[in-house]
Amino acid sequence: MVFSFDLFINAVVSGILIGGFYAGVTSGLSLSFGILDIVNIAHPAFIILGSYIAYICNATLGVDPILAAIAVMPVFYVLGSGIYQIYYVSFEKRGQESLRGLAFFFGLLFITEVTLVLYFGVDYRYVEAPYIGPSLHVAQLDLPLRILVPCVVSLLMTAGLQIFLTRSFLGRAVMAVAQDQLALRLMAVDPIRIKRIAFGISIATASLAGAFLIIIQPVEPSVGREYIGRIFAICVLGGMGSLPGTVIAAMLLGIVESLTSTFYGPSWAPAVSFGFLLLTLAVRPAGLLGR
Amino acid sequence: MRTPLFLLIWLAVSAAVFAASVWLGNDYIFFACYVVLQYVVLGTAWNILGGYCGYVNFGSAAFFALGAYSTVAIYQLTRENEFYGLPIPVLMLIGGIVSGIVGFGMGYLTLRLRGAFFAIATLALAVVLQTLVVNWDYVGGSRGAYIIRPEQIEPIGNYIRYLFLLMLLLAVAAITIARLIEHSRLGYGFASIRDDELAAEASGVPTLRLKLIATTISGALMGMAGAPFPYYIGYLQPSSTFGLDYAVNSIAMPLIGGTTSWIGPLIGALLLGSLQQIATVTISSAVNLLIVGFVLVIFVIIAPNGIVGLIHTYLQRKPEDFVGRRQVEAELPGRVQ
Repeated sequence: MVFSFDLFINAVVSGILIGGFYAGVTSGLSLSFGILDIVNIAHPAFIILGSYIAYICNATLGVDPILAAIAVMPVFYVLGSGIYQIYYVSFEKRGQESLRGLAFFFGLLFITEVTLVLYFGVDYRYVEAPYIGPSLHVAQLDLPLRILVPCVVSLLMTAGLQIFLTRSFLGRAVMAVAQDQLALRLMAVDPIRIKRIAFGISIATASLAGAFLIIIQPVEPSVGREYIGRIFAICVLGGMGSLPGTVIAAMLLGIVESLTSTFYGPSWAPAVSFGFLLLTLAVRPAGLLGR
Repeated sequence: MRTPLFLLIWLAVSAAVFAASVWLGNDYIFFACYVVLQYVVLGTAWNILGGYCGYVNFGSAAFFALGAYSTVAIYQLTRENEFYGLPIPVLMLIGGIVSGIVGFGMGYLTLRLRGAFFAIATLALAVVLQTLVVNWDYVGGSRGAYIIRPEQIEPIGNYIRYLFLLMLLLAVAAITIARLIEHSRLGYGFASIRDDELAAEASGVPTLRLKLIATTISGALMGMAGAPFPYYIGYLQPSSTFGLDYAVNSIAMPLIGGTTSWIGPLIGALLLGSLQQIATVTISSAVNLLIVGFVLVIFVIIAPNGIVGLIHTYLQRKPEDFVGRRQVEAELPGRVQ
């Protein structure tokens, strides 16, 4: 293929846009895996669940998928808190989170996926919104609104999460629980309650991330699996639990994936994230902005 | 019990199973039992790393598919010349070696870090290997590959019986290896890693080397289980060969049976595998996967030591193991890097 500058620039820009979306998708995991040390491999399944809820709201009520997702966030928060409570009582308390806790989340991932398959089938579903379709044209750049809108909202969400973590009391308590649970207890804060809230927030972000996903691409239940490698790669590359690191890593992955699919073909793109993950683990396990 | 005696008993059992299946004379039995035995091997292989060392492998499907696809690659390679139709035991050996090498490489890159990274990397490995296979036209790409199975094989007759017999022998081999490991220095080393890796490292257990051995053996066995699969199924296709059901089954079976001894995966695989075969015939294949998911989640919450653990508590032989110490550990602040 002839190397064309236009193509290259467009690939980079669309990579940055997709990266912004990845940042939003990963921020929930950065909270649960990065900060709380809960290896929630079912996170993509919750994202897909969010996609389907956005799809139902959009198809039956005609609501904008992002607004629908924001409305559903409290439900996801409660779901997340409930799951953390089960996880805590059954695994963390007994010190078995490494093997059985992982299996637990894997089972959740599997149940969600199979239930969605049984209920909706494996057809691709998509949503309708005014910003799906048109593009902005700036100089030679093509900015499809269906990617631009999720990117902006997802960066806003990540920024909001970062402000929450660094400025509010609760957010600081969440950061503290990652560092020293015992010290937090000595300050008369219940670490389990803080963790429950944080995990609830992490699952709540999945609702919004699901809406972004279904705006960007049609969704079927097993799409989430592609995202497992991707979001964990971003989380590890960015540095566990660092949201600014997550954003940088997400953009980086987005650009490399976009270049790969432009110049080698889209069927190779899933391999990129794994390469990133292995490279990070081998060279710098602490990630870019690791603590 | 000595290992030769153990092996002899199991060989006798398998001879009996084979004779009984032949006597029943229904070829479907062979098809169904082959799958169950395949799960016995996968479950036992998973347990060598997951149960003995405590490292979770979500990529069973990847190792299984590696074995299957090395068979396809060799099939394509030898189609033109006189090596056509390499005997299946040889293919199993090759599949085992390929998967073993990949397991070793994976382990080398990720096992120095915390266990969770290894688990995630195995999950990602499945996606990447699938991407490679989809893009590799030589082994069929996303269209899949056909393998033409011979109708008959000389002393045994029907080919599916031959495959069944091979899988039976592989299952016996896997169980014997697992038991051998369990009662050896290697097994005690594995157990020390599972219980407290830091302490094991501090007392001079070569943890990385042991973990690499476990990953290699486990991966190789999974590859060996996958190698005859193309001949069994006749048509191999990436999305089903890399399917999540192999991964979830090979995790669910040991966890349901009990992870600390060789008999756990065996019980789990026989029970869950037969249940699934019956459910597939009577209800539907999607529902039976849902059953596996629910059974897995319920078992890890309610019966952490599986069926074997339940029997132990029922017989009152096992004191409440390590609960006190574990609790202290869980309360300890900070993370272990």
